Amino acid sequence: MKAHQRKLDIKNGCVDLSHGSGGRAMAQLISGLFHSAFGNEWLARGNDQSAFDVAAGRMVMTTDGYVVSPLFFPGGNIGSLAVHGTVNDIAMAGARPLYLSASFIIEEGFRFSDLKMIAESMGEAARAAGVHIITGDTKVVERGKADGLFISTAGVGVVPDGLDLSAEKARVGDRVLISGTLGDHGVAIMSKRQNLAFETEIVSDSASLHDLVAKMVTAGGEGIRLMRDPTRGGLAAALNEIAQQSGLGFRVQEEAIPVKPGVAAACELLGLDPLYVANEGKLVAIVAPEAAAAVLATMRAHPLGCDAADIGEAVADDHHFVQMATSFGGGRIVDWLSGEQLPRIC
Amino acid sequence: MKYADEFRDKEIALGLANAIQSEADPQRPYRFMEFCGGHTHAISRYGLEDMLPKNVRMIHGPGCPVCVLPAGRIDMAIRLAERPEIIFCVYGDLMRVPGSQGASLLKAKAKGADIRMVYSTIDALRIAEENPQRQIVFFAIGFETTTPPTAVMIRLAEKKQLANFSVFCNHVLTPPAMQNILESPDIRNIGRVEIDGFVGPAHVSTIIGTAPYEFFAEEFGKPVVISGFEPLDMMQAILMLVRQVNENRHEVENQYSRAVKRDGNLRAKEEVSDIFELRDQFEWRGLGQVPYSGLKLKRAFAKYDAEARFDMKELRVADNPACECGAILRGVKKPVDCKLFGTVCTPETPIGSCMVSSEGACAAHWTYGRFRDHQQRRAS
Repeated sequence: MKAHQRKLDIKNGCVDLSHGSGGRAMAQLISGLFHSAFGNEWLARGNDQSAFDVAAGRMVMTTDGYVVSPLFFPGGNIGSLAVHGTVNDIAMAGARPLYLSASFIIEEGFRFSDLKMIAESMGEAARAAGVHIITGDTKVVERGKADGLFISTAGVGVVPDGLDLSAEKARVGDRVLISGTLGDHGVAIMSKRQNLAFETEIVSDSASLHDLVAKMVTAGGEGIRLMRDPTRGGLAAALNEIAQQSGLGFRVQEEAIPVKPGVAAACELLGLDPLYVANEGKLVAIVAPEAAAAVLATMRAHPLGCDAADIGEAVADDHHFVQMATSFGGGRIVDWLSGEQLPRIC
Repeated sequence: MKYADEFRDKEIALGLANAIQSEADPQRPYRFMEFCGGHTHAISRYGLEDMLPKNVRMIHGPGCPVCVLPAGRIDMAIRLAERPEIIFCVYGDLMRVPGSQGASLLKAKAKGADIRMVYSTIDALRIAEENPQRQIVFFAIGFETTTPPTAVMIRLAEKKQLANFSVFCNHVLTPPAMQNILESPDIRNIGRVEIDGFVGPAHVSTIIGTAPYEFFAEEFGKPVVISGFEPLDMMQAILMLVRQVNENRHEVENQYSRAVKRDGNLRAKEEVSDIFELRDQFEWRGLGQVPYSGLKLKRAFAKYDAEARFDMKELRVADNPACECGAILRGVKKPVDCKLFGTVCTPETPIGSCMVSSEGACAAHWTYGRFRDHQQRRAS
């Protein structure tokens, strides 16, 4: 006789410890919520792992953890963010993202309705990016031991033959291109924390950049030295990292760096610098000078790169400084961030 | 950005830079101290040093309430925050300030202290209302600008009859500290202080007005220009100081006339004087004991005074003897003259007050300006 199992009460129910116990309740959560949201042939087989075919070329692999608070923010949620972030890490190698894994650590008491919304937006983001979430894991921890929900992902992709993006390929004179406005994600998140209310709603830029990258690679070919998504630590961290890895310095023009007026105003109010604020749908590309114009034009023709800008150049510098000519006419360093960027009192 | 972009116009800045260049006498030095950390931040962030002639030098003063808070007061705060019954509310930039032996509120939080970052005094009051079974202590800090909000909060706590709310008061005053820079006994050890004029903090003067600086300008024969924090404000204030020096004047001038009046904000001043009184002494990191430079709650408001309520003991921690902050804050030395600068003392591991917050002289130079040291070395 088939055991009677009540359906998940998505509307009013919540996750309890049984949903992580490995028993029937967990199977029901996985099949009833995650499989239907991610729906694909690999998951349908129900194995603990998935075998998959890959095209010829070099593989790239990445892993990431998502612990964002709040879980829902203007322009997305932790689920779509997890997919975009993982896809982008793969795309920055110039690779085509193929498969993802997703591991969920859920706090006891987390509402099914929120979990469903998050899973569905993950599924939607994956379908839009042409990737499949083919394996995963679910753990439930006691109340108070997680901030609602943590997601860990891994992703694999394939780099087209002949393409090898790397910091050591950067040369003096290379141009620094940025795909759009800075700080949108960090400020969107912050605007929902601590009850900070802004007159203008600032929306996260969370997006998968693989298509933009593919078009840039076509336009720039070997002229593209490397790409990086300026997530935590923002543009400042990304450029300092590249400077260290490439053995060069960078000189950027503040006037050329795009920042939305609402984001600039919010940063001004909180005493933050948009150069250090996180982005989740932007990339920095270091491009040979002769390819820069074509790559920039391609970026601007793409919806995710319409505000792209050429913001500076690579220079010889033994100290690997990222220097900036300020819009006011002076100069300064854009240094690594010291600890977390915290609001100032005056 | 309305009301901000107007004060960041490059063309006007170039005009002001040209005016400073042509009016500054190349035969003499102009050494101006911007007292306030907000000014230091603006100078560094906009690279204003590059726009001034070589003989016009800005000296970064002690004016960051976070930088000048001594390690002992941080230790006192940490001890309080570690008490299980307390929710300790602080502004974000205090979290990393080092106490003794590398302790900080950030580390105390990691070890389990219930420390919450707030953006305003009202947030702290809300937390007190939401947690009647806990004791809420607000870490009050800042110059004359942030004192009125603390006063208002105490009034509100009284009105709401909140029995679980108190304030760890660390409010300090600017005029006594400016005076200390020029006449402290430490100067005998440090050397001659060479300052030709002061850029006065505008936000402070929106509350206290320009009048309190008149005595200072007269007594010490130093010009004071109260300046806003936008880069154009700063450039205009520097030009005004150059002109006063050239004309051998020492007056208080108000560059920030759009918000500052001679007598300041009378209502705010009244509210502050109702609730606070002067401490005989208050220790400043880098400056030492400065007489009548700090505030405490009046006895009538003792129940809102965390130091009284929790019987807090004053803790003193000696500054590192190799640290040159005292001389740097007085313009006698530059950050690079300190042996600790950039070696053991960096923004990640600050030793002295000048490195503690991003507005300190050494932190600003390290974070924004140290490329100039390498340029100068190459040029020489």
